[in-house]
Amino acid sequence: MGEVAVVQHTPSARRVPGAGTLIAGGFLGILLVAAIAAPWLAPHDPLAQPDIVGARLVPPGAEHPFGTDAFSRDVFSRVLYGARISLAVGVLATALSVTLGTAYGIAAGYAGGVLDTILMRLLDGFLAIPRVLLVLVLVSATGSLSLPALITVLGLTGWFHVARLVRAEALVARELDYVTAARALGANGWRIVSRHLLPNVLTPAVVAAVLGFAHTVVLEAGLSYLGLGVQPPAPSWGNIMLEGTEQLRTAWWVALFPGIVLFATVISVNTLAERIRSGPAGAIFLR
Amino acid sequence: MTEPLLSVENLRTYFHTRDGVARAVDGVSLEVNRGETVGLVGESGSGKSVTALSIMRLIRHPGRIEQGSRVVFEGKDLTLASEEEMRRIRGNRIAMIFQEPMTALNPVFNVGDQVAEVARIHERSSRRAAWRKAVEMLALTGIPSPEARARDYPHQLSGGMRQRVLIAMALMMQPELIIADEPTTALDVTIQAQILELLRDLQHRFGTAILMITHDLGVIAETCSRVIVMYGGEVVEQAQTEVLFAAPHHPYTEGLLQAIPRVGAIRQRLAVIPGTVPPPTRWPDGCRFHDRCSYSWERTEHEHPPLYQVGEGHFSRCHLAEEPERRAQPHTPLVARRRVDAA
Repeated sequence: MGEVAVVQHTPSARRVPGAGTLIAGGFLGILLVAAIAAPWLAPHDPLAQPDIVGARLVPPGAEHPFGTDAFSRDVFSRVLYGARISLAVGVLATALSVTLGTAYGIAAGYAGGVLDTILMRLLDGFLAIPRVLLVLVLVSATGSLSLPALITVLGLTGWFHVARLVRAEALVARELDYVTAARALGANGWRIVSRHLLPNVLTPAVVAAVLGFAHTVVLEAGLSYLGLGVQPPAPSWGNIMLEGTEQLRTAWWVALFPGIVLFATVISVNTLAERIRSGPAGAIFLR
Repeated sequence: MTEPLLSVENLRTYFHTRDGVARAVDGVSLEVNRGETVGLVGESGSGKSVTALSIMRLIRHPGRIEQGSRVVFEGKDLTLASEEEMRRIRGNRIAMIFQEPMTALNPVFNVGDQVAEVARIHERSSRRAAWRKAVEMLALTGIPSPEARARDYPHQLSGGMRQRVLIAMALMMQPELIIADEPTTALDVTIQAQILELLRDLQHRFGTAILMITHDLGVIAETCSRVIVMYGGEVVEQAQTEVLFAAPHHPYTEGLLQAIPRVGAIRQRLAVIPGTVPPPTRWPDGCRFHDRCSYSWERTEHEHPPLYQVGEGHFSRCHLAEEPERRAQPHTPLVARRRVDAA
C-alpha cells in the first residue's frame, strides 16, 4: 500500500519576502536614510579642498573611508551627497514620466478606435528614437542644464514604455463587465477612469516606475559622466566617476566606490521591481 | 391607447469589422409599456444583448447604430440624444442588470460604496446621504443586516447576494425601465426563483417596466406578460406569453419550446434544433432560419419573410402564415442533411 502524498500548501509563502528582496530593500533603505542624513553623516564637506597638495589622492583609510580625489576632497562624503542628487533626479524624473505615461496610456486605451490608433502610432515614433540620443540632443542644444531642466528632460523622454504598458492594461480593463456596468449607470469618463481603470493599471505602472527609476539613475550617471548632466563641483555619482577616470591607474578608489554604489542601487531596484510584479496584483497598494 | 414607454423602431446595429459587416441587430422593432414585463428570448448570437446595449447607447466601436434606427423613450429619440443626455438617462431613467454578478461589481470597492455611487452620480448627494440610501436599497432587496453587508467587498458575498446588490444599484434612482440581461443565468436554481420573485415584488412597488432578456423560457413563463423571440438579429415572433406557449407559430419558437426538458418525460430524447446560429456577417438569404427549419421549401430560401400578423397581438416572421398547409409535411432540415452528405 503506497502512502498518499500530501502536498503541503503554504498560503503565506508568497507573503514572506526572500533573502534577495530583504537585502535589496535593506540596501535601498540605508541608502535613502544616508542620502537624507548626508549633512550629519558625512565626515567632511564634500566641496572642501583642505590641502590640494598634501591630501591629494589619499588611498582609503580611517580618515577617508573611500580615499580622496585629485582636489583632496573626501570621496565618501561626495558619494553621500551624490546620492542625494542622483536619487532626487531619479525619483522626480520618474514621477514625471510615470504621470505622463499613465495619462497617455489610459487616454489611448479608454478612448479606443481612431484616437487610440493615432496616439499609438505617435508613440511608436517616439519609441523609435534612442533615448540617449534624444537626451544628448536636447542637452547639447541648451548647453549646460540646471538641475530642474535635467529632471524635466529625463522625465519627458522616459514615459514611452510606461504609456505602452498602461494602454495595454487599460484596453483589457475597459472591457470588464463592471466598466460596462458603470457606463450603464451613467458614470462619466472621468469617474470610470479614476474609479475603475486606474486601480487596474496601477500595478504595471508601479513596476514600470521602479524599473524606469533604475534606468533614469543610470542615464543621469552616464550624462554626468559625459559632463552633460550634473555640473561639478556639485557631486553626482556620474561626475565623481568622471573625475576618477583621469586617475584610474593611480587612484582607483575615486571611480570605484561611486560605481559600486550605483551598481548596487540598480540591482536592488530591479530585484524589488521583480518582487512587485510577481506579487498578487495590486495587493501591495490596495490593502 | 397610451404611448408606450419605450418604442424601438427598425433598430439596426452593425459591427464594421475586417471580416465584413456583422448585422448583429437588423431591423428590430419592439415596444415596452409602463409597468409591463416583456421577455426577449433567443439563442446566443441572436442579437438580444446587442439590442439591449443599443437601447442604452453603449455600443462601442466598431459597432454602430445605423441611420434610420429609432429608440424612443418617454417621447424622446435616444439615437439623437447627446452623450451628456444619455448619461443622465443611464442608471437614472433606464437601468441595467447584468448577467454575471461577480464581474459586474468592482472588486476594489465595497458594495455599499458602489450602490451609493449611483446616487452620487445622479443626485450629486453627499457621501453620507448616498450611503444611507444605499443601505435602504440593500435592505429592500432582502439583504440581511444591510448595514454590515454594505461594508463587504464583492468577493465576500454569494452569487445571489451579489445579484441583489446589482438589483439595488439598478433600483437606486427608481428608473422607469430596467433592462435585465440574463439576470438569473449565473445563479443556482433555488436562488433564481428568489431573484425573480424579488424583481416582481420591486416592480410592483415601483411600477417599473422590465425588459427581460433571457434564453430561458422558464424565466419568461414565470415573469413576462409578452414575449419577443429573436433570431438572426430579427424579431421572428411576438405574442402574449400564454399564446406563445400554447400555440407558437414560428418553427424556431416551436423548436425552442420543444427543447425544454419536462418533468415526467423521462428517458425521452430531448428535441434539439439542429445547427447553430449563423455568423452575423453572413445571414442566409431568404428566411434566416430556413436551413435549420423542418418546414423550409423553395420560397423560404429566396424570399425574406415579413412579420405576418397571425392573431390578436401575435406576429410571426414565417411564410407558413400564408401557406399553413406546409406545416403538415415536416422534413429533415438542410443543415442536418448537409451533415449526412459530408459524412
